Amino acid sequence: MTHSILLLLLAVLVLLAFWLGERRSLSLVGGGRGIRNLHSLPYYYGMLTALWCGLPALLVMGLWLLFQNTVITGLISAHFPGDWQALDAGQRGLLINEIRNVVSGQITLEGVRPQVLAAAAEYRQMQSIANLALSGLVLVIAIAGLGFAHRQISPTLRARNAVERIFEWLLLGCSTIAVFVTIGIVLSVVYESLRFFHVVSVHEFLLGLSWSPQTALRADQAGSSGAFGAVPLFLGTAMISGIAMLIAVPVGLFSAIYLAEYADRRFRSVVKPVLEVLAGIPTVVYGFFAALTVGPALRNLGEVVGLSVASESALAAGLVMGVMIIPFISSLSDDMISAVPQSLRDGAYALGATRSETIRQVVLRAALPGIVGGVLLAISRAIGETMIVVMAAGLAANLTANPLEAVTTVTVQIVTLLTGDQEFDSPKTLAAFALGLVLFLVTLALNVVALKVVRKYREQYE
Amino acid sequence: MSKSVAETRALVEKSLRRRQWAERRFRAYGLGAVLLGLLFVVVLFTSVFSQGWSAFRQTNLTLEVFYDPAVIDPEGTADADTLAVADYPALVRAALKQRFPDVEGRTATRQLSDLVSSSAANVLQARLTADHSLMGKHETLRFLADDKVDQLLKGRISRDLDEADRALSDQQVQWIDALKHDGVLSLDFNRGFFSNGDSREPEQAGVWGAFVGSLYTLGVTLLLSFPIAVATAIYLEEFARRTRWTDLIEVNINNLAAVPSIVFGLLGLAMFLNIFGMPRSAPLVGGLVLALLTLPTIIIASRAAIKAVPPSIREAALGMGASKLQMVMHHVLPLAMPGMLTGTIIGMARALGETAPLLMIGMVAFIVDVPHSLTAPATVLPVQVFLWSDSPERAFIERTSAAIIVLLVFLVVMNATAVVLRNRFERRW
Repeated sequence: MTHSILLLLLAVLVLLAFWLGERRSLSLVGGGRGIRNLHSLPYYYGMLTALWCGLPALLVMGLWLLFQNTVITGLISAHFPGDWQALDAGQRGLLINEIRNVVSGQITLEGVRPQVLAAAAEYRQMQSIANLALSGLVLVIAIAGLGFAHRQISPTLRARNAVERIFEWLLLGCSTIAVFVTIGIVLSVVYESLRFFHVVSVHEFLLGLSWSPQTALRADQAGSSGAFGAVPLFLGTAMISGIAMLIAVPVGLFSAIYLAEYADRRFRSVVKPVLEVLAGIPTVVYGFFAALTVGPALRNLGEVVGLSVASESALAAGLVMGVMIIPFISSLSDDMISAVPQSLRDGAYALGATRSETIRQVVLRAALPGIVGGVLLAISRAIGETMIVVMAAGLAANLTANPLEAVTTVTVQIVTLLTGDQEFDSPKTLAAFALGLVLFLVTLALNVVALKVVRKYREQYE
Repeated sequence: MSKSVAETRALVEKSLRRRQWAERRFRAYGLGAVLLGLLFVVVLFTSVFSQGWSAFRQTNLTLEVFYDPAVIDPEGTADADTLAVADYPALVRAALKQRFPDVEGRTATRQLSDLVSSSAANVLQARLTADHSLMGKHETLRFLADDKVDQLLKGRISRDLDEADRALSDQQVQWIDALKHDGVLSLDFNRGFFSNGDSREPEQAGVWGAFVGSLYTLGVTLLLSFPIAVATAIYLEEFARRTRWTDLIEVNINNLAAVPSIVFGLLGLAMFLNIFGMPRSAPLVGGLVLALLTLPTIIIASRAAIKAVPPSIREAALGMGASKLQMVMHHVLPLAMPGMLTGTIIGMARALGETAPLLMIGMVAFIVDVPHSLTAPATVLPVQVFLWSDSPERAFIERTSAAIIVLLVFLVVMNATAVVLRNRFERRW
């Protein structure tokens, strides 16, 4: 039985439970006329029965499915033939992947070792047993819940209160998911990073000047030192983000000033949405634009003026990233400028200041904390931006301060280290998680500071 | 030190000129910034559209083929096995040679048959398998031309280039001109682009597989994130007392909203794939990751929508004897729903354009088939853009831009729906 059919059956059972519960509550008091003898409306008795029928069953099913594959894999590997037991974790992972691929039919069976086929057959058998057991269990739980709730129904049962309590718990449960997501992120990134720091010291990672994560397969292989010094990545990220901010802050801020202080309403109502279109464009589109249009254009321009510009220069990626961030800065600054009370402006005008003097010396100064907060958020965005740099920045870690050369960034390295086949014990793969940890911590710190600054500023004028 | 009135006046007037000049300059900077922003929008769109527009038309080549029994089925058995392995490309070659009888030699013949897409043989095979009576007959069919022919006709491969630098040889260009002269080469609406999956051959590649993958992924995202986000918003706005726990939840949501999307990809890889053993490249996992990613956006929008419902409505409901949950479900929620839906659509639009986290969970594989279930390997539109942009063939640049156009149209439709929804149903109290 597939899971969708099981879910469908469960849905039918829940509907049935609702109907049975409602009917029973009515029949207990002798139909619609006796309804005032019920504590709650009949609808609530139905709901209570349905909840009892559906909730526990769904919970069990969810947990089961979450762990089914892991448990089956564990059981299978206990049955591995002797020489497979001796494999190390990485090779074992590859083997299990192969078995899973055979099971899901994603690869052709030609050339697959017979032991793998046997293991796959065992896997498949266990899977079908597990599915059968799951279906039985879920249906039994659902029917038991239905029966239990159905028997409980009596005119004095406070069905509404019970249903409302359950709902409140459900709402609370949903709201805690955000916390669990954060915990999940921290745990998964930290756990793998710790494994990485067993191999490479924190000191070397944070302060090392050379980055070449290709570990040597043979001792005599050239060019694969397996060095994990992340400073070139940090500098590359900082350079590209810096270029982006050099574009985005002036353009964004000045257009916010113009739109908030100078433009008439019609101009504003047309231009603001058009600028915000820039914020809605997927980053992969910017990446394509940077790699195919801006990059070559800069290189040609460089040839004309006699500079050598790499086709994957930091400048191209930074420029395009800056364009992406313009609407972010302009709409945040716009909000902040609009939040400055009119009385401050009037005061400045009354002293004889011109408009631009008022803006520069009064409005911007009053809005400065908010704007700084917005810029901090924008920086965190630039650091975490991935697709533009993956497509337009380089792969090799250069320690350079020249924006015309190719540099690489933290996010580019995470993507290159983790796309394609991975072994989960090589420092190369684990390094990606260590980079992810750094990225997470830095952006988190920026956000916390930025939100604090913005909030403080808002309270000031509200 | 008192100055005369005239002196002061001269001083003020002098500074006034300077100040007014500064004023104009400042204003010009502002206008310049706005115009620069608009210019970026225009350049971005023109560059994508001018490159991608031509991909909606595709060159086809009309040929008369002869289903030659001597080639396909020399022994006359007509069984399925023979038909499955027969040399269909030979039929296409023969049809081309019929047009250019004086072509001799292996290299020239290969160059000639390179003008037609490799899908032509598959077309012949499919037709013959479906209808055995075609054997021994002539038929005039329209085949896809090879991507290089297509690019030459669209002017994207320059004729002025040196032969060595050009993807097509001089001989091939001559043949193409002859075919064009005969009127058998035609530019038609590129239907395959909207109905095919991915392919290594540009002329056969389409976005349909990625489109379906996007639909599956977004479906999972919507089913998960909308109910959870609305429930969270209701709890935080209507039920939660301010405790340390709810403060923690709020701080969390605000921070999650700004966590880089690639970090969510790392979570998906470490949690969903490695701990829970979920399948790689599956829309199910992609949808899960994107749901976590969009959750904060929708929660924040939903909370704003609930906040906008005036307290008088709540008080009236409670005054009529409604319980708290009834008040929320019957009155607050319906009134806040348009705002919540708007926020959801905007969150979905963001999820649609998201690429980086999906790269982490393996949705970056080359997949020809159109996905048919939530656990089948799939890719999504933005990842398809990323994959094609990496391909060396000239024709893929055009396809990439066309895929971007499809993606943007999709996005515009979603955002327009959100705007319409907001304008029609949002109430100002």
